[in-house]
Amino acid sequence: MNFIPPDFTPAYSEIFLLVMVCVVMLVDLATGEKRRYITYLLTQAILLGCAFLTFISFSTETTYTFSGMFVDDAMADILKIMVYITVSAVLVYSYTYVKERGILTGEFFSLILFATLGMMVMISASHFLTLYIGLELLSLSLYALVALKRDSIVATEAAMKFFVLGALASGFLLYGMSMVYGATGSLHVSKVAEAIQNGVGNHEVLVIGLVFIVAGIGFKLSAVPFHMWAPDVYQGAPTAITLFIGSAPKFAAFAFVMRLLIEGMGGMVTDWQGMLVILAVLSMAVGNIAAIAQTNIKRMLAYSTISHMGFLILGFISADWNGYSSSLFYVFTYVLMTLGIFAMIMILSRSGFEAENISDFKGLSKRNSWYAFMTMLIMFSLAGIPPMVGFYAKFAVLQAVVNAGFIWLAIAAVIFSLIGAFYYLRIVKFMYFDAPDTEDPIIVNNDVKVLISANGLAVLALGIFPQSLMGLSLYAIQNSM
Amino acid sequence: MLFGFPLLSLIIWLPILVGIAVLATGGDRNAQLARWIAFAGSIMGFLVAIPLYTEFDAATSAMQFVENRTWFQRFNVNYHIGVDGISMPLILLNCFTTPLVVIAGWQVIQTRVSQYMGAFLLMSGIVNGVFASLDAVLFYVFWEASLIPMFLIIGIWGGPNRVYAAIKFFLYTLLGSLLMLIAFIYLYQSSGGSFSIEDYHQQPIPFKSQVLIFIAFLLAFAVKVPMWPVHTWLPDAHVEAPTGGSVVLAAIMLKLGGYGFLRFSLPITPDASHYLAEMMIVLSLIAVVYIGLIALMQTDMKKLIAYSSVAHMGFVTLGFFLFNAYGIEGAMVQMISHGFISGAMFLCVGVLYDRLHSRQIADYGGVVNKMPIFAAFFMLFAMANAGLPGTSGFVGEFMVIMGAVKVNFWYAFLAATTLIFGAAYTLWMYKRVIFGAVATPAVEGLHDISKREFVLLAILAIAVLWLGVYPFPLTEVMHASVENLLEHVGNSKL
Repeated sequence: MNFIPPDFTPAYSEIFLLVMVCVVMLVDLATGEKRRYITYLLTQAILLGCAFLTFISFSTETTYTFSGMFVDDAMADILKIMVYITVSAVLVYSYTYVKERGILTGEFFSLILFATLGMMVMISASHFLTLYIGLELLSLSLYALVALKRDSIVATEAAMKFFVLGALASGFLLYGMSMVYGATGSLHVSKVAEAIQNGVGNHEVLVIGLVFIVAGIGFKLSAVPFHMWAPDVYQGAPTAITLFIGSAPKFAAFAFVMRLLIEGMGGMVTDWQGMLVILAVLSMAVGNIAAIAQTNIKRMLAYSTISHMGFLILGFISADWNGYSSSLFYVFTYVLMTLGIFAMIMILSRSGFEAENISDFKGLSKRNSWYAFMTMLIMFSLAGIPPMVGFYAKFAVLQAVVNAGFIWLAIAAVIFSLIGAFYYLRIVKFMYFDAPDTEDPIIVNNDVKVLISANGLAVLALGIFPQSLMGLSLYAIQNSM
Repeated sequence: MLFGFPLLSLIIWLPILVGIAVLATGGDRNAQLARWIAFAGSIMGFLVAIPLYTEFDAATSAMQFVENRTWFQRFNVNYHIGVDGISMPLILLNCFTTPLVVIAGWQVIQTRVSQYMGAFLLMSGIVNGVFASLDAVLFYVFWEASLIPMFLIIGIWGGPNRVYAAIKFFLYTLLGSLLMLIAFIYLYQSSGGSFSIEDYHQQPIPFKSQVLIFIAFLLAFAVKVPMWPVHTWLPDAHVEAPTGGSVVLAAIMLKLGGYGFLRFSLPITPDASHYLAEMMIVLSLIAVVYIGLIALMQTDMKKLIAYSSVAHMGFVTLGFFLFNAYGIEGAMVQMISHGFISGAMFLCVGVLYDRLHSRQIADYGGVVNKMPIFAAFFMLFAMANAGLPGTSGFVGEFMVIMGAVKVNFWYAFLAATTLIFGAAYTLWMYKRVIFGAVATPAVEGLHDISKREFVLLAILAIAVLWLGVYPFPLTEVMHASVENLLEHVGNSKL
């Protein structure tokens, strides 16, 4: 039998990245501590290169390769490009912060790039195992990143929790996948979908498998009741790493749900719809209510993330292109806002001082009115107040939910988002209504200054002109289903 | 559009752009520049709104100055704006109030001047947007956006308990609006994908849905008006807000709720409106009578005026649900007139507060001896607040009472008690503050109003008297729209 080499074209950007990560590790050996900025610039260049490769291979056609285990469609390309942009922004925001804390090592860059590769594989997976490999690559890199500051007790504890719970979730997921395999005889997303459609396989086994898979998804999305790791990890990890965990992997998580649940097990919509309703309602309730009680800003944002993931899940519940594209739009806006707010926390931190508490935002408008204004835009956006983009995200998702006939769910969602508005307003209150505790000037590099301004203004501008991002998410979904 | 010129857009965006320019002047080093830009911008904002009145065709109830462009296609949302006889006077009222507020804060506000002035200009443009929107999402965006500047105004420049008041104000109003959003989304689905308010007016809706939509709208608008029993945010917000904030709250923001009833509740859910009219009338009468009695008990001047606002707005909602021309036109006149009078009353209290830094009635007494000109102005506005014939306060209340008589004598009777209670709480407060011998050494040190304050109060005095003696220019422009609305509400949409 002749060996036919697979078509590598759809995976060029992944292959390029894999090769380049190795190059980064080698180059870093040569640059050493003093010239680590070379590694940094190289990393940024690699991301640019990946973006270029993804961009030129962009087409509306769906191509499969590696015996159908790997897919390249419009949604994958768009999500990947978003991942590159996000990772690149994360690096810009965290460079100084990481440097001042002595964790600007070569591993920092290579782990971030490996995690990026993991996300890309997840996004492009069309086979349950590919999905799992991508997920593990991402997760293992993240565990290591959280523990990067190894003499910090909280960071180590966070990494340990993250690892144990993450491993448990992976176990759940694998177990669920094996059930599905047992029932359908395949792990190919399309074949599983076909088998479910044709009623092949034992329904009970499939449902049990589905429960495990949904639980695994719940862990990865940090949806209640699988959310326990999120507050500890968000709080314990260095802020730069929290920023990374909270931003780009959400794209991968979205793709994860799309590939596994929608494309793979779409035929069991009536079975998973109810489960997702529970996850969504609990996430919105617990996330928003628990966030009120927090004094640590990172912990508060972790609970806020949980509630936002509840909103994100709402879009999947409606189980049509309208809902999925609304969810995708939600992910875009959520990541944009998360980038901004964690960047602000890092801006407020200095060497030897961690901005950890909500009260560290006190009097920000007097210390620097521009950053306060940017933070305010992001806060109102997170709370879903127009004209900020966060409103349109909520609006799109609610619209999908009402369209699917779940009006009561929409009403519950707005009630919880009303509760949520309180803790976002509290930050605005600290910034604008209170006097500052310290008069220390806020020193920020120019690149961060430009990026945070662009980030904050984008929250407003995309709110005034939401069509571009909405159109993009619609395009991504419609050309991939 | 006037000669192909987007006049209405200019009225909305000019104050917003000027507001951004004011914000851009930065810190308090450029305070004087910020004040002048804000002043020029607010005057320009008023001037560009004048053609809205002069070019307005009072003979038609159709939307005028219409602009319609695609905003985002994904949900078929359009930048669709236009005015009719109901929204046009409210836009004028708003554009008229903004310069007054800017002048009122001229000297009092000494910290973060550019942010203060900028916030009011942004607010002005946003509120114009609310009144002009003919697309539900556009309306909602402006509606919610108006919370942000007000939240900051109360929270930054307000009194000692400002944080509580600001957050309460924000969350209360947000609660109502979110359910309205769900109602809009429901209408969007059931109309087959349209957010046009004019489409909703024509769309048949089953009775049960109408009632639910009506309740969702009611929560949004009742909080804003505010109606009893969801009025409790208002006294807090008013008391803590700086003078300019109180003026805008009373004169403008409360009208958003009243306007909402006319634009949404009545025409979109006519059957539910009729069905629930008695409940609305009872709630309105409770506001008129019970809140009037509460006002009598207040020791804080601002709180007293805040409660009197709730009572007066009770008249507005009462008028809406009488379903006759007297009721609705009277309610409209009452809204405009209340804009002038409550604004003026808060400015008067502001004049006193700037001098003695107290809002307590007990800290004053015998002010007339030291501030005769001020006392005269305050007298006029107090009388107008009490509904004295010849002032604008009388016209609206009289028309609503006339409308109420046609429906039920007892409604009219209860509503008319306001003429007694209103006079009682306003004039009693006036007596205690202004008349008598000079009460304290602090009052002894008072000096009469400055030229700036004189101009402010004089402008409002002219407006109050003019509308009281000759309301025709106002009723004329709204007549066709009100008739059309009544006819529309009369037809079942089941």
